[in-house]
Amino acid sequence: MSDHGHAHDHKGHGGHGHDAGHGHVGPSYEKTFITLLVLLAISVAGPEIGIKWLTLITAFGIAIVKAYLVASRFMHLNVEKKIISYLLLAAVAFLFLFFAGVSPDVMKHRGNNWENVAAQDEVDRATIESQNVQPHH
Amino acid sequence: MRPIATTRSATGIPTGRLAVWWVIASEIVIFGGLLASYLMHRLGHPEFGTGDYAGATATYIGAFNTLVLLSSSYSAVKAHQAAEVGNGPLAAQRLLYTAGGGLVFVLVKSYEWYTEISHGYTITKNAFWSFYYVAAGIHASHVIGGMVIMLILYSDVKNNKELQRVELIGNYWHFVDLVWIFLFPLLYIAK
Repeated sequence: MSDHGHAHDHKGHGGHGHDAGHGHVGPSYEKTFITLLVLLAISVAGPEIGIKWLTLITAFGIAIVKAYLVASRFMHLNVEKKIISYLLLAAVAFLFLFFAGVSPDVMKHRGNNWENVAAQDEVDRATIESQNVQPHH
Repeated sequence: MRPIATTRSATGIPTGRLAVWWVIASEIVIFGGLLASYLMHRLGHPEFGTGDYAGATATYIGAFNTLVLLSSSYSAVKAHQAAEVGNGPLAAQRLLYTAGGGLVFVLVKSYEWYTEISHGYTITKNAFWSFYYVAAGIHASHVIGGMVIMLILYSDVKNNKELQRVELIGNYWHFVDLVWIFLFPLLYIAK
């Protein structure tokens, strides 16, 4: 069996005979692995250039691409039954709901009728302190 | 008598594999909640990216551990490939390589934590380090758990028994890798 033939079928030894074999056809595991390594190298090299927006793209954009490659090619989500993708997306949707509900209180330190004095003071204090402290690494 | 998880497939997906997907879905909420909390604090507190915060993490150690986990994920999928063709001994050997990757990861992480703690970066240093140790600690415990499961499976798999379990632990391991893929830029790159 080649890398391309991810049949998802253990008949004869596992006995459960997965869902009739997915017949996965796509890039080999080796190519996927090498692609992941190249993306890792880019995500590490990106911040060295020192451009903030480029760092964000190379770090988080590439993280999303790497996660997609691992999920689709290594976890075989691309050939798994769709219900599993929906299940995982539902879990991710709950995360967005959580973020949308909580983030305004955490990310902002003042609004129309309120002010989070403690948070703002901590930002001010830590910003001044961090300018005077060199990291050990 | 074979376990129900191995023989029954009421949904068209073997019950054992479906169970692992449910575990992964619940883990998405656990790790995702933690990462989302970190992200909103990171965005609301610009000092997180400087000095004694994320500025003190060792990017190249994090990158090395990413390399290790990606390699072990590759090894896990190759173990699954060997199991698919009924080659238990090869699948078992590749499971060992995968667990070995996990061991390297944990050892490097231990060294990294030792260095950071000895420089005063403890879990109570500030909010960044609290997130750092909680997120990386929960992740490392998942790595250790995966290694233990692989070592338990090793003997059966080597004797060509229950080979479908190679895919199940593989999917769990890929998820652990996937979590690290997001932890790495959040904790090591975004400075």
